Amino acid sequence: MNNRLLQFSYKYGALIFIGLVILFFSLRNEYFFTYSNLVDILRSISILTFVAIGVTISLTVDGFDLSVGSTVSLTTVATATMMIWYELPLAVVLIVPLLIGAVVGLLNAFLIVKVRIPDLLATLAVMYIVSGIHKTYTKGYSIYNNMQFQDGTKAPGVMNPDFLWIGQGKLLGVPFPVILMVLAVIGAHVFMKYTRFGRRTTMTGGNEEAARLSGVRVRRVRAWAYVASGVFAAIGGILYTARVGSGQIDAGAPMLMDAVAAVFVGYSVFGAGRPNIIGTFVGAVLTGILINGLTMLHVQYYTTDIIKGAVLVLALTVTFVHLSRRRA
Amino acid sequence: MSVALQLAMNDISKSFAGVSALGGVDFTLRPGEVHALLGANGAGKSTLMKILSGAYAADGGTIRIGARELSIASPADAKAEGIHCVYQEVDTSLVPHLTVAENMMLDRIAAGKGSMWMNWSAIGREAEAVLARIGSRIPVTRRADELTLAEKQIVLIARLLVQEAKFVILDEPTAPLSLEEADRLFGIMDELKKQGIGIVFISHRLPEVKQVSDRITVMRDGKVVLSEPAGAVEPGDIVRAMLGRSFEEEYPKAAVPIGETLLEVEDIAAGHRVRGVSLNVRRGEIVAVVGLVGAGKTELSRLLFGADPADRGAVKVGGGTANIASPADALRSGIALVPEERRKEGILVGSSVLHNLSLPILKQLSGALGFLSRLSERRHAEGTIGRLGIRTASTGQLVGYLSGGNQQKVAIGKWMSTDAEVFMFDEPTKGVDIGAKRDIFRIIGELAAAGKGVLYLTCEFAEALGLADRILVMCDGAIVKQFDRGGVTMEELLYYASAGKEDMA
Repeated sequence: MNNRLLQFSYKYGALIFIGLVILFFSLRNEYFFTYSNLVDILRSISILTFVAIGVTISLTVDGFDLSVGSTVSLTTVATATMMIWYELPLAVVLIVPLLIGAVVGLLNAFLIVKVRIPDLLATLAVMYIVSGIHKTYTKGYSIYNNMQFQDGTKAPGVMNPDFLWIGQGKLLGVPFPVILMVLAVIGAHVFMKYTRFGRRTTMTGGNEEAARLSGVRVRRVRAWAYVASGVFAAIGGILYTARVGSGQIDAGAPMLMDAVAAVFVGYSVFGAGRPNIIGTFVGAVLTGILINGLTMLHVQYYTTDIIKGAVLVLALTVTFVHLSRRRA
Repeated sequence: MSVALQLAMNDISKSFAGVSALGGVDFTLRPGEVHALLGANGAGKSTLMKILSGAYAADGGTIRIGARELSIASPADAKAEGIHCVYQEVDTSLVPHLTVAENMMLDRIAAGKGSMWMNWSAIGREAEAVLARIGSRIPVTRRADELTLAEKQIVLIARLLVQEAKFVILDEPTAPLSLEEADRLFGIMDELKKQGIGIVFISHRLPEVKQVSDRITVMRDGKVVLSEPAGAVEPGDIVRAMLGRSFEEEYPKAAVPIGETLLEVEDIAAGHRVRGVSLNVRRGEIVAVVGLVGAGKTELSRLLFGADPADRGAVKVGGGTANIASPADALRSGIALVPEERRKEGILVGSSVLHNLSLPILKQLSGALGFLSRLSERRHAEGTIGRLGIRTASTGQLVGYLSGGNQQKVAIGKWMSTDAEVFMFDEPTKGVDIGAKRDIFRIIGELAAAGKGVLYLTCEFAEALGLADRILVMCDGAIVKQFDRGGVTMEELLYYASAGKEDMA
């Protein structure tokens, strides 16, 4: 009976926990369980979800991408400066950050696959480099409409209203970032689960040598995983700029740990025990609910980190207790 | 030393998952003697030694020193009784970035007794003194990772003296050594004997066994079949005792017409494990490469499959040059490998039977956009499961939960629907029960009958004799002899595999 309880908690524990959290907040505050607040929660996690999908992909190939946070920062200021400093057309503003994300991913892939630096260390180094580039590029300033330069002149441009709509607009009453997020989650899930590329990715992460000896080009697979991770982070960066309406310095720094936490909470969803897109989304939703609910209860933002950490410990405990028992 | 203090293992038995590995084995070791323990792979000698050194617990039987019964439940217990083992993989026993002296005194340093300060010069002096006792002058300040293999062994043996070992197991110590290095090792073994240490000597090289041993014990199928003073037995007796009548298993060898040359390998080499191998395999032909453990068979198969880079050499499949830059390329050229390390390399234990079987042919199973057809994937898996007789609860079962033989069938089955023409099997029957073994032989026979070429690498000579159309003997990274089916006996194979090129006297 004990064993079955463990099995059950392992499979559905995370979902039940989310249900309990929602119930708790709903009872404590009547505004929590309203359409507008729930949509707010989803909108608040849309950027995080994109970054977390990237991290999920890198973890799926048994790697780890620490550089996603600084990629968000770099692409955020890149998008903002392209509009405010250079008044470039919308298409360029959207495409260049994606290319930046891909280039960061390629750099990671080069260091990991060709030079053979361990994933964690290579992406740590790239994290510093990218972070340094983004601060050097803006000289440490945040980017806002018609910002004033040090020499007294003013930047010529403002944020493109069409661009801002990406982050702030609504379609049929649903915020556009939420729609993008749902599409991305479904798309990434389908890709990983139902295409041969996704299958090769999961198998490479399962056992790289065995996959290689089954004819999978594992180096190529790992390289694309890092490129995908960079591109998803870049989309996060674009959304961030569009949402806030300015290019904040270091915008992505807190994003890394939140994304990693969401992915690891996702390990425990449906008893997957490995990185998976749906689990990551659930993890991100849980993060959003906690922050939103705790804020409503007037818990200070610095205190919420304690609770987020505790939830992560809980999820990891469920996952790893189960995994080590299965091995035994 | 008195005979009263001899180490005696009595009536030791051990079985794994219901299969008996040792049945009532007696083994004794006197202080100051070298007792050789011989047997083919799987005869049970390493199981017996693992019980003695505490790595396994025996199911039954006693271990005594003199009249005192020991209870050995862990390697630490064995060491406390002065029983030590030097394993073949010397690197795992040394800390690479520590010096020779530190490695030798490791136990004492780690024990943390006495003063909190390390007296490095005293430790160095003591290490030097111990090395001098066995006639070695390795500088004690050298780092362990700068030593040669032979020197590492000497350091490990010296460490045994520091730990005041009374009984020592040397597990194939000479396998990686050159003849001169082996001679030096025998000198050291003599020193150990003079110190009253009893040595169990495991080796595949018969001439040296005769040279250094006082007594010889041969095991087969978990039993002792011969135990005599070394002077009283001839090499021929030993070989016969090792092999017994082990043709019990049936080999379903069908007569298959042999076609044109399919695989041509010319002078392929890498490092010192594969030193210029040339061979060919024809359509419908099963070619066995036999050799002892460490002869370079696994390395050869990995080279041909592109898993490791070759220094030189050319490979042709069906007349065209094969690209073996990577396993993916080799597969495209028509070469497939069922690797020896099944659980690590042959299958993905954490994935389902379904996913394992479809991995090499995902392209065939998916449409233009890369979407997998779940129906054809399942049909393919069910077809392969039926054809190979894989026993699994469902296609969704994790491969890690299958028995060894069924795992091996999955590792083979994943190649069945590929375009591979040449199938290489590296020790495919390792850890596989008799029933699954027969299935695997049948599958290999069917591949040959379908006009494929089979390269079968094994250290089980009986399998090669039963299965192969041609047998190549590999020794020290080179093919030393070739025999046609029926043209060779097991004794000859063993001889050439262990002695290399010189002709039989």
